[in-house]
Amino acid sequence: MEGDIAAMGAYLGAGFSAIGMGLAGIGVGNVAANFLSGALRNPAAAGEQTATLFIGIAFAEALGIFSFLVALLLMFAV
Amino acid sequence: MATPTDGELFAIHPMDQFAVESLSGHGGPAGLAGIGMFTNQMLWLAITVLAIAALFVLGSRGRAMVPSRIQSVGELMYGFIYKMVEDVAGRDAIRFFPCIMTLFTFILFANLLALIPTSFSITSHIAVTGVLAMLVFLGVTVLGFILNGAKFLKLFWADEAPLALRPVLAVIELISYFVRPVSHSIRLGANLMAGHAVLKVFAGFAGGLAVLTYGPGAIVPIVAISAMYGLELLVAVVQAYVFTILTCVYLKDALHPGH
Repeated sequence: MEGDIAAMGAYLGAGFSAIGMGLAGIGVGNVAANFLSGALRNPAAAGEQTATLFIGIAFAEALGIFSFLVALLLMFAV
Repeated sequence: MATPTDGELFAIHPMDQFAVESLSGHGGPAGLAGIGMFTNQMLWLAITVLAIAALFVLGSRGRAMVPSRIQSVGELMYGFIYKMVEDVAGRDAIRFFPCIMTLFTFILFANLLALIPTSFSITSHIAVTGVLAMLVFLGVTVLGFILNGAKFLKLFWADEAPLALRPVLAVIELISYFVRPVSHSIRLGANLMAGHAVLKVFAGFAGGLAVLTYGPGAIVPIVAISAMYGLELLVAVVQAYVFTILTCVYLKDALHPGH
């Protein structure tokens, strides 16, 4: 019984940590949207900055990945 | 592999596709069962390496002035990565170009081969991406200390910040430095794993709806699978690109730690 409650808590926590992925999605969307609005103002300079765009997206995404990591830890390691 | 029984006809097992299985029976003696075993993972690792070798051996065989199709694919990839290393990591990082090119081609081919139906996706395993990321992390750290000595630690000491803030920033920088291999590996592995699991879930829907509606209901999930598959192709290429470009960024930190 006690183990069941602990397992329920772990699974609930894993589910809640999925919220973090949505927040990371907002962050990645912000990066891409700002890049696009900047690129449309000055298309000539946009091509060189795609590498920066991907680096920015990768860093924004990294924190969403940690929520996935928390979910994995709760489900398989705790 | 799970075989559907009466109670779980519509059960979907999206994670079964990632199981590492032996193709050659059981390996060594008890306790050492892993030794001498040929798994599906090893098979697809070998196919990946052979595919890369085939592309570049065949592509560089003719060395024609007007490139053949396969030669121009090889040249495009080479030029793309060369320019990326030059732009992101700087001119003096060109001597590490072979390593970065190897990383990129390996991840790209592994990602793309994983999209063949019934194949095994090696880069969706954190064990594989973790080794790649640890390799980059340890390599870059050792390289930074060899090239710069103790000056490499200036990476964590922001000179332009106010003096009171510097220790705080140093702690944050130190944490973010050691988190790099974690995010670097899980980004690739989780993206691939999630994509393949989604494809499998939709495939399960298609099977269930085909049984329930005697056929036509399966059209919707199949269209969805096709769309997801296109997205997965994009993800496969973009994730290989992101892994490589982050390697270049880390390499730049090792070569020029003073920001």
